Amino acid sequence: MNLLASLPLYPLLSFLILISYGKRLSWVMASWISVGSMAAAALCSVFLVNQLSTSDTNVITAYMWQWFSVGSAKVNISFYLDALSSVMILVVTGVGFLIHLFAAIYMKSDENFNRFMAYMNLFIVAMLVLVLADNLVLLYLGWEGVGLCSFLLIGFWYQEKSNVLAARKAFIVTRIGDTSMAIGLFLLFKSLASLNIADINQLAQSTESFTSISMHATHSNAYWAALLLLGGAVGKSAQLPLQTWLPDAMAGPTPVSALIHAATMVTAGVYLIARMNGVFLMTPQVMTYVAWLGGITLLLAGVAALAQNDIKRVLAYSTMSQIGYMMLALGAGAWSAGVFHLMTHAFFKALLFLTAGAVILALHHQQDLFKMGGLLKKLPVEATLFIIGLACLIALPGTSGFFSKEAIIASLWSSPTAGPSLWWCAILGALLTSIYSCRLFFLAFLGKSRFSDSLVISDHVETNKLLRGALFILALLSLFGGLMTVDLSSLFSSYKQTAVNSYESPSWLHVVAIATPFVGIIFSWFYYRNYRVVSDKSVTASQSTFVVFCRNGLGFDTLYTVLLIKPYCFIAKLNRKDLFDQTLMLTAWYVRIWRDVLSVSQNGSLRWFAAAFGLSLVGLICVVIL
Amino acid sequence: MTEIPLTHVLILSSLLFIIGFVGVVARKNTLFMLMSLEVMLNAVGVAFIGAGSVWQEADGQIMFILILTLAAAEVAVGLALLIRMQRRYRTLDIDVLNQMKG
Repeated sequence: MNLLASLPLYPLLSFLILISYGKRLSWVMASWISVGSMAAAALCSVFLVNQLSTSDTNVITAYMWQWFSVGSAKVNISFYLDALSSVMILVVTGVGFLIHLFAAIYMKSDENFNRFMAYMNLFIVAMLVLVLADNLVLLYLGWEGVGLCSFLLIGFWYQEKSNVLAARKAFIVTRIGDTSMAIGLFLLFKSLASLNIADINQLAQSTESFTSISMHATHSNAYWAALLLLGGAVGKSAQLPLQTWLPDAMAGPTPVSALIHAATMVTAGVYLIARMNGVFLMTPQVMTYVAWLGGITLLLAGVAALAQNDIKRVLAYSTMSQIGYMMLALGAGAWSAGVFHLMTHAFFKALLFLTAGAVILALHHQQDLFKMGGLLKKLPVEATLFIIGLACLIALPGTSGFFSKEAIIASLWSSPTAGPSLWWCAILGALLTSIYSCRLFFLAFLGKSRFSDSLVISDHVETNKLLRGALFILALLSLFGGLMTVDLSSLFSSYKQTAVNSYESPSWLHVVAIATPFVGIIFSWFYYRNYRVVSDKSVTASQSTFVVFCRNGLGFDTLYTVLLIKPYCFIAKLNRKDLFDQTLMLTAWYVRIWRDVLSVSQNGSLRWFAAAFGLSLVGLICVVIL
Repeated sequence: MTEIPLTHVLILSSLLFIIGFVGVVARKNTLFMLMSLEVMLNAVGVAFIGAGSVWQEADGQIMFILILTLAAAEVAVGLALLIRMQRRYRTLDIDVLNQMKG
């Protein structure tokens, strides 16, 4: 057993210990175990990546045992580490470790602390399995594990109904995507007779029957397989038709949101598409779909983020829009840029969420932006960290977000599957990003303070240090993470350059892309003036129809309720009274009637008993005699 | 001495039995229910005596003495229960004791 195989074992062991000892472990023990296991996993992955860079084959594999075999195809429990998955394990374990550290302090007073940390550990295990899997079935196992853990963690405070509903929604919506992905797996297996990822990527390009369009079909198998896989990715990464679960997932504790948005869950879809690049490259049509999906999602999410009142929901929509950028990059064939943005996004989104968590904690769990304000003076450290996070989100030059986002935008114009219109989408998205970020910052940190309670300043110096330590490391990563350039170009096979429909990039592209965030900042500096300056004018959320419409996620929830949920519930209600049910219910009615008769006869009255006894004796004698 | 036919004895005994039974079922007062039970026991006694005298056997009378003892024992227990009931519920209404519902 080598080091790679043991990587998911650390959090798994910690999960098992925490879940089996339950509340008997003290806070100190539980946090040492869970955070320590994550630290071990992080160190282990750093070591592994180091080892990978020195190895000749650029791949480390770990074979453990054979799971099962279908025909000639074998499904193994084995891990596969290459440049792409090494980026992912660094993000998952590194950012995951910092989030665990933060969570251990943030959730200290919760009575179910151990259960919480156990789920967090399990989340990391599932994500590591997903990322390291060398075949699609093992990847699917991790995929489902991630879904399960997100369900458990979003509904962690299960005593409140809204949390449970949010958890259920996340589970069901992602399940739609999972089903599509499972079908995609079957299709891939049917047409390529293999489930190994590396094999599939190679076979996809060499197998004639896979890419060619058969006689009676309008599209090739590759088209359908890629489309189905895209369905899975859309569900997990909260992209356009299946994005509704993400804002509601804010019901979970803040570290969970950070974990879902930064290190795990939503990046899974991006990873899947990047991993299956061989299949997607065969179908430029689906690549275009991916790009358009990402482009539309990033715009819609940006508009929705402009209207949110809840600090965490703004961040949720911004995640959706950033994932949109990644999808856009993948669709444009800029694989490295997409994965690079995934990494930098993990850094600054974790920073933003955790800082927001610290602010929320300081304000007695107040999440409403319109009840904050003026926090810059009250919480200077948190405010500075938040500024760093937002600067990366806006992609100000020099920050990590700048390098990754510019890489994406630069690749769009000349890409054969994207083109100028998507480039404009991305620029518009960048403008929206800077506007909603400014709005968020002005509302929360500038202006007059609008909260009535006094702040909770953590008096425990040691925990405070730990809490901020995690945030500082993330801030450093967000600022300088851009310097760790991710070069994956050797990994991804590029297009066969046809160069027919690729556009010549004009020279002003970069200037516009760099200038856009500043335009957004200047615009919001004036537009959101009353959020920014200290005045006696009260600041309230706009109640106009359009703003409320945007706040509710552009009506997607309502649309799905009318289109899907209502008819489904109606049919389910009809179906309750079908023939088979009625037949089965006869038995129940029979039993029920007799129960009623017997229960009436047992009325407790002695005189009734005596009468019944006497009369039945008479009856019995009559029967015997006659 | 005129013979009393067995039929008459049995009719008397049945009448007494039915009166007793109706008493048990219809009366609400527990004391009256106990008395009605006594009537039923005596009805059975009458039947035994009548049958004994017809067949000229002592068994009937022995049975009657047995019934008498049984009745005495039953009344002793019954009256004790009656006193407990009066103490506890301040009433002799049998319908109050209906907690053993199904």
